[in-house]
Amino acid sequence: MSDHVVPLRVYYLIFAALMALTTVTVAVAYLDLGLLNTWVAMTIAVLKATMVVLYFMHVRWSSRLVPVLIVAGLVWMVILIALTMSDYVSRAWLGTPGG
Amino acid sequence: MSDARGVLWHHFHSLEQQKDTATLGMWIFLVTEILFFGGLFAVYVVYRTAYPEAWMDGSHTLDVAVGAVNTAVLIGSSLTMAMAVHAAQLGRRGGLVVFLLATILLGGAFLGIKGVEYHHKWEENLIPGPGFDFHGQGKGHVQLFFALYFAMTGMHALHMVIGLGLLLNLVRQGLRGRFGVDYNTPVEMVGLYWHFVDIVWIFLFPLLYLIGRH
Repeated sequence: MSDHVVPLRVYYLIFAALMALTTVTVAVAYLDLGLLNTWVAMTIAVLKATMVVLYFMHVRWSSRLVPVLIVAGLVWMVILIALTMSDYVSRAWLGTPGG
Repeated sequence: MSDARGVLWHHFHSLEQQKDTATLGMWIFLVTEILFFGGLFAVYVVYRTAYPEAWMDGSHTLDVAVGAVNTAVLIGSSLTMAMAVHAAQLGRRGGLVVFLLATILLGGAFLGIKGVEYHHKWEENLIPGPGFDFHGQGKGHVQLFFALYFAMTGMHALHMVIGLGLLLNLVRQGLRGRFGVDYNTPVEMVGLYWHFVDIVWIFLFPLLYLIGRH
């Protein structure tokens, strides 16, 4: 059968990039960037996760259905968090208990 | 089922279709896992927004160096897992077993380091419950941070333990020569699971250890 065999060189490169990004995210954590700290840390995490998904998990070479499925799952997770937060954040405006 | 070529089930046209189906099914499971951990992340975001100071205090009790080393160990285990899949695809049975064992070793190291961290928290009386003792303001909210810390890292560790069991099973089957160029789907599927667990930690590490550190 036709497995897509990824050259080992690609795995080594991704591994090196993941390690480098881990070092960067740790270093940045010690700088005071205010709100930006959270955004930098999350951007790096998303970048690392994307590299793992595309290369280690072979999604770059898989059938198109797989990325559709992943994006659908992520959209539902965003809905989960966004709707929950829209409730909690707006409680303070209305003087609702728990706000 | 004895030789590697005889594993095409009757309801599939080809080994390729069979593997695509397995991959899609595995990803459907992983999407439910995204939402499972998504629930925990949602709780984290709600309480972090509500009690940012307590989250900073809690975060400061965690050792960044230990967390960073563990991140490196886990990323290393993902590399050896990817190399195990690579060996299986090329029919290198010795390489497959060696890389699976390396993955098990690194996964075990991660859990060991996590155990040492948990032990420190136990000694510092930072386990949520009647014995919880935190000197400072907002003790109750810091306790909430630790409840989430243990829930999130504990769920992650449970996934790792399950992953180690799956890997041991692959070693057993690999030693019997079950996997080769034609059939290596179980190795790939366990690989997907293992990488997913790695990704969960890629998010847990900054959320628990790094944000609010400065």
